[in-house]
Amino acid sequence: MATTAHPDHHPAHDDAHDLHSHADHKPSFFARWFMSTNHKDIGTLYLIFSIFAAIIGGGISGIMRAELAEPGIQVLGWWAQFLGGGEAVDFDQTLHLWNVLISAHGLIMVFFVVMPAMIGGFANWFVPIMIGAPDMAFPRMNNISFWLTFMGFCSLMISAFMPGGTGTGAGTGWTVYAPLSTTGSPGPAVDFAIFALHLAGAGSIMGAINFITTIFNMRAPGMTLHKMPLFVWSVLVTAFLLLLALPVLAAAITMLLTDRNFGTTFFDPVGGGDPVLYQHLFWFFGHPEVYIMILPGFGIISQIVSTFSRKPVFGYLGMAYAMVAIGVVGFVVWAHHMYTVGLSVNEKMYFTAATMIIAVPTGIKIFSWIATMWGGSLEFKSPMWWALGFIFLFTVGGVTGVVLANGGVDDNLHDSYYVVAHFHYVLSLGAVTAMFAGWYYWFPKMFGRWHSELLSKIQFVIFFIGVNLVFFPMHFLGMQGMARRYPDYTPAFSYWNHLSSVGYVIMAISVGVFFLNIIYAIVAGKKPAPNYWGEGATTLEWTLSSPPPFHQFETLPEIDDHAHAH
Amino acid sequence: MSARLIDNRNRRVGLIFLGVAVLMVGLGYAAVPLYRMFCQVTGLDGTTQRVTEAEAAKVFVAEDTMSIRFDANVERGMPWNFRPEHTTDTVSIGARDMAIFLAKNESDHPITGTASFNVSPVQAGKYFNKIQCFCFTDQTLQAGQEMRMPVLYYVDPAILDDPDTRDLRQITLSYTFYAHEDE
Repeated sequence: MATTAHPDHHPAHDDAHDLHSHADHKPSFFARWFMSTNHKDIGTLYLIFSIFAAIIGGGISGIMRAELAEPGIQVLGWWAQFLGGGEAVDFDQTLHLWNVLISAHGLIMVFFVVMPAMIGGFANWFVPIMIGAPDMAFPRMNNISFWLTFMGFCSLMISAFMPGGTGTGAGTGWTVYAPLSTTGSPGPAVDFAIFALHLAGAGSIMGAINFITTIFNMRAPGMTLHKMPLFVWSVLVTAFLLLLALPVLAAAITMLLTDRNFGTTFFDPVGGGDPVLYQHLFWFFGHPEVYIMILPGFGIISQIVSTFSRKPVFGYLGMAYAMVAIGVVGFVVWAHHMYTVGLSVNEKMYFTAATMIIAVPTGIKIFSWIATMWGGSLEFKSPMWWALGFIFLFTVGGVTGVVLANGGVDDNLHDSYYVVAHFHYVLSLGAVTAMFAGWYYWFPKMFGRWHSELLSKIQFVIFFIGVNLVFFPMHFLGMQGMARRYPDYTPAFSYWNHLSSVGYVIMAISVGVFFLNIIYAIVAGKKPAPNYWGEGATTLEWTLSSPPPFHQFETLPEIDDHAHAH
Repeated sequence: MSARLIDNRNRRVGLIFLGVAVLMVGLGYAAVPLYRMFCQVTGLDGTTQRVTEAEAAKVFVAEDTMSIRFDANVERGMPWNFRPEHTTDTVSIGARDMAIFLAKNESDHPITGTASFNVSPVQAGKYFNKIQCFCFTDQTLQAGQEMRMPVLYYVDPAILDDPDTRDLRQITLSYTFYAHEDE
């Protein structure tokens, strides 16, 4: 049932040809890109923004890996001086820069790379098309969402050059825990960072309302909820998570702001507050947030695996409701991020059990992807390489997640590199691999030019080797007791750290191949056919030209079941 | 369906979910009093319990004893000398005991302080009952003034029935004084 429309039975089929002339009328450059209300253009803006932010966020991890390549302090002093405008910095300010770097890396990657690419980019581009809608429900609000996100990023960049207590910039970690973020960090840097979260959060909440309304109200005739492609399902669940989780973060960080500036004591024991309350509020948002980042990836992988197996996804309903289950259970497991704050044994038992339950719907998804491929007519085009890489890497990250879910084990591994390895396997390797998979799956569709399949596969191989070399050794380091968030370590940890830094260089080369591929597409990319992946690709975007007309589906497509009744 | 009708339907659904978002912000704030109530009821995170004289009179005294350690701190930079008179007391579980803390204002101006409190291990919080405590109210010390500050407390014998706490034979009671903001 995941397949939805058949080109032969499709009235909108002709969109690409007959209606081309007036459907493709575009406004002037400034009006088109700066005041855009077109979901495809806004999606493109988000993707460009995400790539730009990824260069900065990834560049920061380059500085971090360079620092961690050897024990002792290597490059931090130079960078502290460089970012401080050449003035001399003392050792504390140098170390403060480390805190600023890890904070900025986390915030940028979460709020300004993965979320804009997955939700702002791919979902904006393809949710309306996949459900047969002409555009999003609130096109202007869509535009506001993008620019709010953009301004949030600017605010975060400004914060890096503001006084933040010990040194320049906000060194609070992406979690912005009190009291470090309140009494521990005077100066405007943390205020700017919090404001960045407010802006990005407001943009995302608006985006979520937009997606929910679009999916509920604007489906083409015959496109019932249970016929929607799984990518649309994943975005629907994600939008609900955003809508329920982000306002809680907004409330928590507003309390931080008033604690910092207006003398309230929400998280300050002086006035009867409790810093642990901040952690509860933060992780009530923070845990759903990790599913917000990965669920659209699940959707993308489902589309790709189905396309290149030339089969509908195995267990469509199970796949859809597994995502709903992950979303629901994701809201009641937050305290597994804070096992060491002094929870009672009973609380730990509950959060351990609840967390492990999430492995069940996640397992349903992994096995259904494998079952989709089983007996399928497999074709290993580049998106399929990335999708297979995703399934492997995400499973590795999921397994270490089950280990960390145990309250007792976590007492030992908490805030160690084992945790860093775990969440980078599911996010940096999982979500980012899914993003590249989606990028190569839809690149010719979005931009009307072929990328190089060969370069895409070369990028995959280099990327796969690189990221595994970066993050797999971190499991060993964590189990040996290396704590996260320090720029220095005992020489006993130097072997695996050095290897990890070598892995970063390999990963960076794969990013070079990525940009090379974009240049290839611009210079020599051929024009793709409307359905360039062939008969396995059955969702509505493949009934349109590549790129789709500026306005699609002026006559709504009819979805009927006869075309693919088995 | 006309475009206008779609617009109205979209607006309605959009407003409903905007309402949900606003509600969640409200819930975020509602978490503050709810969390406080939850801590007071369950003794979470070492929140000690407050009881009246009458409730305390009904408690039976067990044979086992508990060693209570006292810990006193002041906020960084607060010019008070604050310490317990005795660092440990051994009491029968259920028996009332009075501990004395000594505080001296070593500055040349009056300072008002509030004491925050906690017990360790945190699981003991819900069994640590205070009948009277200097921490229930603000304390003001004139310049150079020294004061004896009493805490009247007992350990609830129910601590012996809880599988998480029945092995406990030592509880630390800790206070930290904070100077009031307006000074």
